[in-house]
Amino acid sequence: MHPAYSIIFFTTASGLGYGLLALLGLAGAAGYVPAERWLGVAGLGLALGAVTFGLLSSTFHLGHPERAWMAVREWRSSWLAREGVLALATYVPAGLFGIGWVFFGSTGGVWAWCGLLAALGAVVTVACTAMIYASIRAIPRWHNRFVPPVYLALSLLTGALALDAVLRLFGAARPAVSLLAVAAAVLGAALKLLYWRHIDRARPVATAASATGLTGQVRLLDAPHTSPNYLQQEMGYRVARKHALRLRRIALVMGFVVPAALSLLTLPVGGWTGAALAVLAALIGYLGVLVERWLFFAEATHAVMLYYGEAGV
Amino acid sequence: MTSLPKASPGTRLGLVIDLDICVGCHACAVNCKEWNTGGYHAPLTDERPYDADPIGVWFNRIHTYEVTSDVSGASDPADARVVHFPRSCLHCEDAPCVTVCPTGASYKRAADGIVLVEESRCIGCKLCSWACPYGAREYDGAEGVMKKCTLCIDRIYNEAFEEIDRVPACVSTCPATARHFGDLGDPDSEVSKLVAARGGVELMPEMKTEPVNRYLPPRPRRDGVAGGAAIGASSLEDAAPEGGFLGWLDKLLSD
Repeated sequence: MHPAYSIIFFTTASGLGYGLLALLGLAGAAGYVPAERWLGVAGLGLALGAVTFGLLSSTFHLGHPERAWMAVREWRSSWLAREGVLALATYVPAGLFGIGWVFFGSTGGVWAWCGLLAALGAVVTVACTAMIYASIRAIPRWHNRFVPPVYLALSLLTGALALDAVLRLFGAARPAVSLLAVAAAVLGAALKLLYWRHIDRARPVATAASATGLTGQVRLLDAPHTSPNYLQQEMGYRVARKHALRLRRIALVMGFVVPAALSLLTLPVGGWTGAALAVLAALIGYLGVLVERWLFFAEATHAVMLYYGEAGV
Repeated sequence: MTSLPKASPGTRLGLVIDLDICVGCHACAVNCKEWNTGGYHAPLTDERPYDADPIGVWFNRIHTYEVTSDVSGASDPADARVVHFPRSCLHCEDAPCVTVCPTGASYKRAADGIVLVEESRCIGCKLCSWACPYGAREYDGAEGVMKKCTLCIDRIYNEAFEEIDRVPACVSTCPATARHFGDLGDPDSEVSKLVAARGGVELMPEMKTEPVNRYLPPRPRRDGVAGGAAIGASSLEDAAPEGGFLGWLDKLLSD
């Protein structure tokens, strides 16, 4: 699949934003972080800013962005519409939670319920984003049980790294948040390794023979057209095996190993050094997840390519 | 409404394509483009048509394959045969392109099963083209909307046409009569009988899309004739020695 930058930015930025929002909602409701005004402005500002930036970025690849408002209508059948509905709905409790935190200096009582609802909305929205991809049968490398857990784990990872950085910048370091980031990195790396193992070993779901209904070995002799068409440009993207392996290593190191190591380093180190390390961990972790998401698209083979010379998908 | 119609299957209009006699002339693709660039989805934009990298919207694409019966991969040239394969929308019963649409632009008609795009509702997110395993949908970059085969709804119900012409453009133009149009929901229709008689197949059943269209596989070769290379023309060497014109000619040339 062609890795469109707008979608890569959307899914990673909204993943970070919703992960951070969910953690802020839970930590705020539990009174685990101080209901201090500027911490609220920075934390919720970053979370909702990343989500909003992501949603706007996702409209850049539309043919008719002015009709984007129609995209919530078919929530009964479409995961994309469900994602839209939940993304919009989550703004309500998240906004109220922010008002309580920033203007009334409280994350308890009724505001705590808003925080919990915002956290729930955030998790379900990320799950819907993952299901947009996981529900597509025509792309077997997306249509498998590993995709939704990976999306949720990476959202938790980038959100925890961001929360750790924000807390430390405001002198409110919480060791449990650093440890949560480490745990999320371990979980994310394990799920991603399982995902790669699965797509490398899975037997083809469909073949050139099943795609054409012919029996025997089917080989493309003559393509229907002499220059690439929309299908090949959108779905025929290929990444060389050696490049994919190198990029997998880069994603693993930048997305999981380095952020986990830096987060562990921040535990004994406080003050501005700890904050700087946490910010670095969050930035490198996000870049690693960007590489992971790029690969998620570039490594996915679409069934239509069976008609264009692919033997199996 | 992008949920699929739940009504019991009644009329299911579709195509039956005979891979045994398709000659790969691309006339169906050309006539499809010709009709539809002025039809429901007009225009079927071509961008940079005279440059080195032209791109355009087509609803019908004809691929040509070499098929060898040996699945192990060691292909015997004498065993190989060429199959021309027209590819277009299959108007699936369980159409994934319809259910993924967030706006309701994509829909399947309950009355005849045709899958259509309402362009004025299409936001151009391309998700439907990702969901289709068959590559039936092509995005029009100039118009910013998705386009697809309409089964020529502007021909098949067109009362300005003679009854015999109320078939899709691809069917009306096929010089080999490899394309048939009819109601595949009716087991007694001509197309359903053809599918039953020739063992028509659906494409990629593992995708669980339940296509309406069917493809008729190439007929098996006649006994003793493995492939093109094995068919020898009768030669003068074996001319009847007992006489006749060739025998006389053989004798004349041998002396």
